[in-house]
Amino acid sequence: MSLRIFIPRDAGAVAVGADEVATTLLTAAEKRNIEIQIVRTGSRGLYWLEPLVELARPEGRTAFGPVTAADVESVLDAMLADAGHKLRLGPVEDIPWLKRQTRLTFARCGVIDPQSFEDYCAHGGGKGLQRALSMGPQATVESVVQSGLRGRGGAGFPTGIKWRTVAQTQAPQKHIVCNADEGDSGTFADRMIMEGDPFVLIEGMTIAGFAVGAGKGYIYIRSEYPHAITAMEAAISAARRCGMLGKKAGGSEFAFDIEVRAGAGAYVCGEETSLLESIEGRRGIVRAKPPLPAHHGLFGRPTVINNVLSFAAAPLILERGADFYRDFGIGKSRGTMPIQLAGNIKYGGLFETAFGISLGELVDDIGGGTFTGRPVRAVQVGGPLGAYFPRALFDTPFDYEAFAARDGLIGHGGVVVFDDSVNMAKQARFAMEFCAIESCGKCTPCRIGSTRGVEVIDRIIADSARAANLAVLEDLCNTMKFGSLCALGGFTPYPVMSALTHFPEDFGAAPRSANRLVAAE
Amino acid sequence: MPIFEPWSAEQTAQIIAKHRGLEGPLLPILHDIQRAFGCVPEKAVPIIAQALNLSRAEVHGVVTFYHDFTSEPRGRHVLKLCRAEACQAAGGDALAARAEAALGVSIGDTSPDRRVTLEPVYCLGLCATAPSAMLDGRAVGRLDDERLDALVAEAQR
Repeated sequence: MSLRIFIPRDAGAVAVGADEVATTLLTAAEKRNIEIQIVRTGSRGLYWLEPLVELARPEGRTAFGPVTAADVESVLDAMLADAGHKLRLGPVEDIPWLKRQTRLTFARCGVIDPQSFEDYCAHGGGKGLQRALSMGPQATVESVVQSGLRGRGGAGFPTGIKWRTVAQTQAPQKHIVCNADEGDSGTFADRMIMEGDPFVLIEGMTIAGFAVGAGKGYIYIRSEYPHAITAMEAAISAARRCGMLGKKAGGSEFAFDIEVRAGAGAYVCGEETSLLESIEGRRGIVRAKPPLPAHHGLFGRPTVINNVLSFAAAPLILERGADFYRDFGIGKSRGTMPIQLAGNIKYGGLFETAFGISLGELVDDIGGGTFTGRPVRAVQVGGPLGAYFPRALFDTPFDYEAFAARDGLIGHGGVVVFDDSVNMAKQARFAMEFCAIESCGKCTPCRIGSTRGVEVIDRIIADSARAANLAVLEDLCNTMKFGSLCALGGFTPYPVMSALTHFPEDFGAAPRSANRLVAAE
Repeated sequence: MPIFEPWSAEQTAQIIAKHRGLEGPLLPILHDIQRAFGCVPEKAVPIIAQALNLSRAEVHGVVTFYHDFTSEPRGRHVLKLCRAEACQAAGGDALAARAEAALGVSIGDTSPDRRVTLEPVYCLGLCATAPSAMLDGRAVGRLDDERLDALVAEAQR
């Protein structure tokens, strides 16, 4: 009897014991003289079930989870006897949480061996690049424009327009830069792709290189992601060996190669111009725009800079066509969004679905509320620069414009859930404090405003001239919002003002409605 | 546990030579120096500056900008606790206070015996298994009092 078993190597699974489970399973099988093959995959993104162990069966994979090292013997018994087990979840594809999703970008994540280029190709990988090569650069760019894909890093700028601008800029050398500095709390989709399906990112960047005429790509990965750096470097070596990268990328006459660069612990380097400065070997100081990176980017050359998920969406758009992708979503938010459910949540993980799903459905229905069992009080969407939403706004659809209309943002798709023990004045203070720690220091509203912001909030909390200080805080937030060079200073007012607007009682003020009456008098 | 090499100008020159051919070689050089010596010593700055045709101020500016680079080695063990929002929502504040009490150091400091450095980190990307931590590069999720105490004990060894 021989068993083929899949266990994630994803950092999120490893952090809860996946390596121990794999080693214990190997030892247990050896002791019983059973032939066993363990494939280390990425994660499916059902993190409350990690470590999720899957057994290959003729009809598909059967899942067990969450498995600890102590469960291994009994799980192995159940696998061998095809018997029931308290951790047995049935066919993995039938788990409702997974079945409800529309996995386009994450179709292979958790399924394939991320170190095997053959496995990638066997699961449909590589077709997007081949199609791009046969269509030619211009049609490739237009395909991405037509798909409606918008930058998944947070800004939501149309990806195809960026590509077109770089394609139309004449220069002897151009670059493709992948922003994998995923610093937003509550987000981990980039990490999952790099650890679970790294070839899709390589393919997406290669397509971009071909489309705009760039020969060299860089992936800037934050140093807090050591597993992703290792996985990406291994995949790039494999892609060179297999001819996806190199002098004849994908078997064409087009030369393309990729290099990984590690960040060094600066949140602001997730801002695109600061990231470029960092690769060039300077302090991660934000550049004023214009000139745009598309004209004057890395080393002064025209540069496409996109988020991991934007590049990872490109192969499918090329393979299936722009219409296929554009048919998902609502309004100006086309395609699918890999949403990350995190924080105090019962069923946390990666939920990829078409734009348009409501925040309430995500948090209550899919996320199952909090893991502490207490009521959900606030949800921060879009990372540390995103707004806090109360339950009253849970009908907001996941869509760039709908969130903007309610003074929020979807950012990189992180949703962090807080229960009723949260103190929103403390969260607002933290937003300012974080901005002060991470500010690059170039512009005054961010550098000084964040520190003054902490002080003003402290005075409000201490009930010292509250009304006057609330006015100062609002004014300060306006200055930061409109006077900062980049999103760090410019968006820090979102968490601060949303906390103040929706949860005034935490700042010692009367609840919102009463407050308005007082103001009206 | 990382074991660092004593300062060596020769090794610094080797590290520089290894990366010189890159476009934008400074960060890769600093990472390797930090890895080798546990810090970027003041003595390394003029050597790097000369090799890359930069001013000492420029190199110093880069070293001090990034949280990863330090002028002194950290403790023998580095325990990083995530202090960002997702981990705060999952009880991270109480765990941070517990770690500070158990180790007798504040977040950001190293114990007097240089055994352990307790550092804040703003997101490890383990937000669906929060609260999370990293001990000497090993990721740990679903922290609770028990798991944290085990990590603290390991860091004190």
